[in-house]
Formats: sequence, C-alpha cells, structure tokens
Amino acid sequence: MATPATVHAHAPQGFIRKYIFSLDHKVIGIQYFFLALTAVFVGMFLSLLMRIHMIWPAAVLPLVGEIKPETYLSLLTMHGTIMVFFVLTTAPQGGFGNYFLPIQIGAPDMAFPVLNMLSFWTTFVGFIVILAAFFVTGGAPLHGWTGYPPLSALSSAGPGEQLGADLWITSIAIFCVASLMGALNFITTTLDLRAKGMTMMRMPLTVWSWFITAILGLLAFGVLLSAGILLLMDRNLGTSFYVPLVVVNGVVMGHKGGSPLLWQHLFWFFGHPEVYIAILPGMGVASQILSTFSRKPIFGYRAMVYAMLSIGFFGFMVWGHHMFMSGMSPYSAFAFSLLTMCIGVPSAIKTFNWLGTMYKGRLRFHTPMLYAIGFVSLFVSGGLSGPFLAQPILDIQLHDTYFVVGHFHLIMGVAAIFGIFAATYFWFPKMFGRMMNETWGRVHFFITLAGTYAIFMPMHYLGMAGQTRRYSQFTEVAYQQKLLPLQTFMTYAAIITIAAQFIFVINLFWSMFKGPKASDNPWECTTLEWTTATPPPHDNFGGVTPVVNHGPYEYGVPGAAKDYVMQTDPPTGSAH
Amino acid sequence: MGLALLLLIWIITLVSTYFFVAKTWWLPVGAAASAEFIDRQFALTFIIMGVVFLAAQLGLGYIVWRYRENSSSPPVSYSHGNTTLELVWTGLTAVLFIGLNLMGSSVWASQRFDAAEAGAVQVEVTGMQFAWYFRYPGPDGTYGKTSVKLMDPSAGGEAAVGLSTSDPAAKDDVVTGTMYLPVNREVDLSLRAVDVIHSFFVPNLRFKQDAVPGLNIHMHFKPTAIGEYEIACAELCGLGHYKMHGMVHVVSQDDFDKWLAAREAEKQ
Repeated sequence: MATPATVHAHAPQGFIRKYIFSLDHKVIGIQYFFLALTAVFVGMFLSLLMRIHMIWPAAVLPLVGEIKPETYLSLLTMHGTIMVFFVLTTAPQGGFGNYFLPIQIGAPDMAFPVLNMLSFWTTFVGFIVILAAFFVTGGAPLHGWTGYPPLSALSSAGPGEQLGADLWITSIAIFCVASLMGALNFITTTLDLRAKGMTMMRMPLTVWSWFITAILGLLAFGVLLSAGILLLMDRNLGTSFYVPLVVVNGVVMGHKGGSPLLWQHLFWFFGHPEVYIAILPGMGVASQILSTFSRKPIFGYRAMVYAMLSIGFFGFMVWGHHMFMSGMSPYSAFAFSLLTMCIGVPSAIKTFNWLGTMYKGRLRFHTPMLYAIGFVSLFVSGGLSGPFLAQPILDIQLHDTYFVVGHFHLIMGVAAIFGIFAATYFWFPKMFGRMMNETWGRVHFFITLAGTYAIFMPMHYLGMAGQTRRYSQFTEVAYQQKLLPLQTFMTYAAIITIAAQFIFVINLFWSMFKGPKASDNPWECTTLEWTTATPPPHDNFGGVTPVVNHGPYEYGVPGAAKDYVMQTDPPTGSAH
Repeated sequence: MGLALLLLIWIITLVSTYFFVAKTWWLPVGAAASAEFIDRQFALTFIIMGVVFLAAQLGLGYIVWRYRENSSSPPVSYSHGNTTLELVWTGLTAVLFIGLNLMGSSVWASQRFDAAEAGAVQVEVTGMQFAWYFRYPGPDGTYGKTSVKLMDPSAGGEAAVGLSTSDPAAKDDVVTGTMYLPVNREVDLSLRAVDVIHSFFVPNLRFKQDAVPGLNIHMHFKPTAIGEYEIACAELCGLGHYKMHGMVHVVSQDDFDKWLAAREAEKQ
C-alpha cells in the first residue's frame, strides 16, 4: 500500500483538483462542513414552517403558500431525515473528524484519500436526491423520518408516498454507502497511521470518539442499507417483506405475509446506534475543550474511554426500547429496558468527569468553552428524561408524545449541535487562519442556550399532559387544544432562536475574510494540530513526522515551564 | 462571564423545575386500575431525576462561576482523576437506574403476560385511516368472521371492518364508532389495523398500544371511574393522523347493558 505521504508529497495544482475533487482530508473536511451547514439551514427552515403552521394554520407564506396537513407531515419527515443524516452525522464526523483525526494522530492524510473523496461526493449526491423529493409529483413523503411500513411501503397510503418516498429511501441508501466508506477510512487511519509515540491511550478523546463512532457506523449503516433496499423492493417489485395483507381506502393491496415490525427492528438496530453516532463526537469535543479551557487534565481519561466504549457496546443492544408499544413480545421489553438503564451509567460517568475536570480549574470563557459548558448542561437535561422513557410502564403514557420529542431534541439534537458549535469556534482559527469574533460568539451562545431550553423544555410538559407528536393541528382533540398556549410560546422562542443563528453565519463568513490573524496555537492547547502551521500545510506537518511523548491533556503540570505540555514536547520523565 | 453563566444556568434550571413541581402541566387524571401504580412510579422517577437534575445543573453553574480564571486564581489542582470516586458513582448510578427499572416490571407483566380475568368484557378495536371502530361479540361471546375483501371504509360500521354477514357468529356482533365500557370490569381488548399502523392511546386510562396490520394484539385493563375519555391516535398514520380521534364512555354496568341491548335491537 502506498502511504499517503508518498501520494501527497506535492500539493495538487489547479482549482478543481485542489478544491472540488480534492484528496486532501482537510479540504474534504471543509466540504463536509459546508454541506452540513447548508443542510442545517434547510432543516431549520423546515422546522420554522412547522412551528408556524401549528400556530397559524391558515397563514399564507411568501414563496411557500399555505401549509396543508399533509405538507406539515412532509416537512417533519424531511426535517428529521435531513437533520439526522446530513447534519448530525455529517458535520461532527465527516467534517471535523475528517479534518482533525489525521492531524491529531500525526498522520499526513487519511489512509484512503480517494475513498475519502468518494464518500464525500456520494454524500453530496444523497443530499441532492433527498432535496429532489420536494419537487416531484406528490411531493416529499409524509411517513416521518422513521418511515414505518405499511405507510412508507404503499404509494396509495398518502400524498408524497409515490416518487417522493422512493427518492427518500434512495437518498438514505446512498448516504449509507457513503458512511460505510467513511467508517472504514476512519478505523484504518486510527489503527494504522498513528505517529511514533501516539499510543491508543495517548489519543485525544476526540480521536477516540471519532474512532468509536466509525465502528458504530460500520455496524449500523449496513443494516439500514439492507432494510432500505428491502423497502424499495416492497414498493416497486411486489415483494412483501414488511407488508401483510392490507386494505387501503377499500382496495386490497397485493401484499401478503410481511411483517411491519421487521422494519422497526432493522431500522432501530441502526437508529439507536445512530444517536450515539451523532452525540459521541460532541462528547469528544466537549472533553477536549473543557480540559483545555479549564487548564486542567481531563478527569478520568481512562474512565472516559471505557465509558465511550461501553456506550457504543450497549448502544447495539437497546433498539427495542423504541418499540415497547409496537406489539413486539412484552417479555423482551424487560431485557431492552434493563440494558437501556445500563447505558445511563457510562453517560453519568461522563457527566461526573466533565464536572470533575472543571472543579478547581482556572476557567477561561472563550466561545468554544461556553458551548462546551452548554453541551454539558443540555446533555444532563436531555439525558435525565431517558430513565423515564426506558421504563416500559411509563412509556405507555409517554411514547410518541412531545416528551419523547423534547428528550431526543435536547440530547441528540441540540446537544450535538452545541458540540458542533463548540468545535467550530474552537478549530476555526486552525482551519481558516483567522479568529472568530468573541463578542458576537457570546451573544450567539446566550441567545441559543436560553432559546433552546425555551423551545424544548416545554415539550416535556406537553408530553406528560398527553400531547401526541406528529399532529399538524391540535384542534380535533379537546384536551390537546388546551395546550395550545404553550405551543404558541415555543413557536415564538423558535423564531427568536432561529433568527439568532444568522449571528453565527455572519460571524463565520466575516471572520473567514476579516477576522484577526490566528497564531499557531491561540488557545494554548496541547494536541498535535496546534504544533503545526495555521492553516496546516498540505501534508499537515510540512515534511516533519511528529513524535509524541505525552498524553493529550497535560495542563497545569507542577514544575513545568508553561502551564501546558504539548504532546510533542521532549519527555520529562513523568510522561503519561 | 462566570457570573452570567451561573445566572443563566440557574434561572433555566429553576424555572424548568418550577413548572414540574407546580404541576402546571401534568399527567391527566387517571381512570384505570393501573393508573395509581404508574403515576406513583412516574412520581418516584421524577423525584430522583429531579434531584440529580438540580444537583448537576446548579453544581455546573456554581463550578463555572467559582473556578473562573482571574488574577487571584490559585494554580489548578493537577489530577488525572480518582478511581475510587469513579467506582462510587458508577455503582450508585447503576443501583439507582436498575432498581428503578425493576420496580416497574410487575404492572407491565400483569397487563400483558396473563390472560384477562374471567368475565371480562370483550371488545375488538380496529384502526383504519382515519377512524376507530369497536366491535362487541354479542350474547354468543364469539366474534363473527371478517374478511378484507368485504372491507368498505367509506360505508362505515360493519362494512368498514369487513364483517361477514353469512357467518352465524356475526349475527349478533355490534360495531360502533364510540367505545362503551362498564366501570370496574376488566376489558379484554383485541387490537387490529387494516391499512397502516395506528396507536390506540387513551391518556386517562393510561393505555397505549399500537394496532398493527397482520397482528391481533391482546391486552387487558380495567377502567375505574365513570366518565368520557378521549382517544388520540399516537402513531403517524397519514394525512388525517391529527383527526383520528375517538371517545371512550365508561358507564355503570346497568347503563352498559342497556346501551348494548339497544344496539342489538337496532341491528335486528
């Protein structure tokens, strides 16, 4: 195998090879980042339309027109799918993982640069295909991001279930292929391309998180890919994997003997690990940033690694907790429930350790640190509603209510987004050579944190009161109508919070061109990306191969000249 | 900045907690035998998680403010952690979470693993886009045959569930669009769906179960208070999901008998 170093001895010339079909993991990382940035604005815009429709159903919006109940369902389907796949999976792993995993382990590039380029462009095609679903006859599908058959398998089951639904499945299948390629690359790179001295237990926790995420991706996306192909076959080739004998609008469908629950098992076998795929990189970033800006070693490095490994391990054994009300064997609910409670334990360890890291530190409140602190707060809030939902008897009341919507938005939605924000503010100087504006970063943070809680905390109250999710209107059920004032409050909170995101975008693009020049190590951080130039040269370390002598979080070392010891600093005899 | 963070986190925490504790929005009034246990388990979980929530968030706010860097900050305590502490909080969380889980299992088991009591009233619930139908087997205690070929949702009632008129057992079956149940008597429920998945959710009865095409799911529960309770479909079933609404009337045994007899009479 040609090592990436020989492949990449010379930087490619020409705009297309350098910026479009680039083999450089840094360029690919930035491409992923901008793809996710586009996707998050699409997804956020869809959620804005949803929130407006719930409160003002008759509103006629410029360009969009009037939103009908079925349009609302298309919006929620596309919002969920775009956010989960093209934002929460794409930005933390494809974006920051691609850019910084090789640099943080001292490698000149990913193990398979061509595969890396392919996985980005495949993801890009997947994104175009899903957007296309909006523009075909019948529009985008209305079966929700979970796509439960028979609804998702029968084109007569609702508007949007025709070509739109086929495009939706195809897009997901394409995304799965891209993620599988990416996962292989991440795993191989981590195992094979670490610099001398970079033992596994000296890897930054970010690298651990991307590595474990890649393993989860490798095991989960293959299953979703297969499930998606079976669904496409049910829809177009007359098979009956998921569809039993059913009658839609008085018409007997030509299917027989399929199991709707089979899809749910396959989907959630992917779907549960997927939430960890979204959140693990955020955990890694939060750990990195909390340690750096507390000027203290991470509390319990090994415990953090083991916690992430066990979250990944248990993550594959709890999928049934999405299905307590589905009609699967009630006996299996015990096992799924117990294992789900087990997964709360490593999550709690991580929280304790983040608090332990800050305890007796010297906290510097730069914007990345604010977002990392916000991440911890959201992780706690989103996590603590988990033990409610993990108990089958409480799930009787809470399943498919806003309680669930609040839970997963806090933990895998905005907590992961806070991880992405933290990573952006933290690594922007290295990626673009300039600093982002701190004042506007802080304004953005305070509005976003308060706004996030204002939107998602009330969802728990709604859910307890029995407000079912995926309702385009609350006018048909008397007890739900009474909850409308709270929904109205959430819509106002969403409008303000969404508006505040433009502060971030303007700051991002303004700083890219006008921000003050960044030094090589503006945050006085210890990991390898801060030892090289800003932005890093094509082969990352300018022809030098770094040698690692220290653990990743050596801050406040007694007797050291500075308050931090870089991973490449000469050995001191007490190296970790 | 440390103070601003402390204030923001504390305010968010205390305001959120206030609305939980004040029960401004809370579980709807329970009207089934399992409600008492479920509500107690909910309250217990709520108290435990609430204490952890307050401790973690208020602690986070405090730590952030207390250890902010300034000119008088002492040097950091150089520590890579503490194995004993890690073991203590791992053990505590494990016992707490798993204990909570085991406590709730008996109610789950009794509603699902055992058959309904003898003398339970039999009702079959059928979900379709976008209505619920309820079938009572009548005096013979046997449901008549149904067939997908006979299903005509637009006709409603018996035709909607595809009841076979040629089956003698179907002669006394009653199909209605509103559910009537006698109070304090167990209900032996069969759940079916004809087109896509629906979910039969009656918040006051602490009851929810998906109705899945191809499956006939049996559950039992006991309403304990006379009243009218709303049914909301809880599984996305298509464009009319939000209006797939129904009513459960829990009435006295006498009223139930009268109601059923009147339906039988109408049918003849």
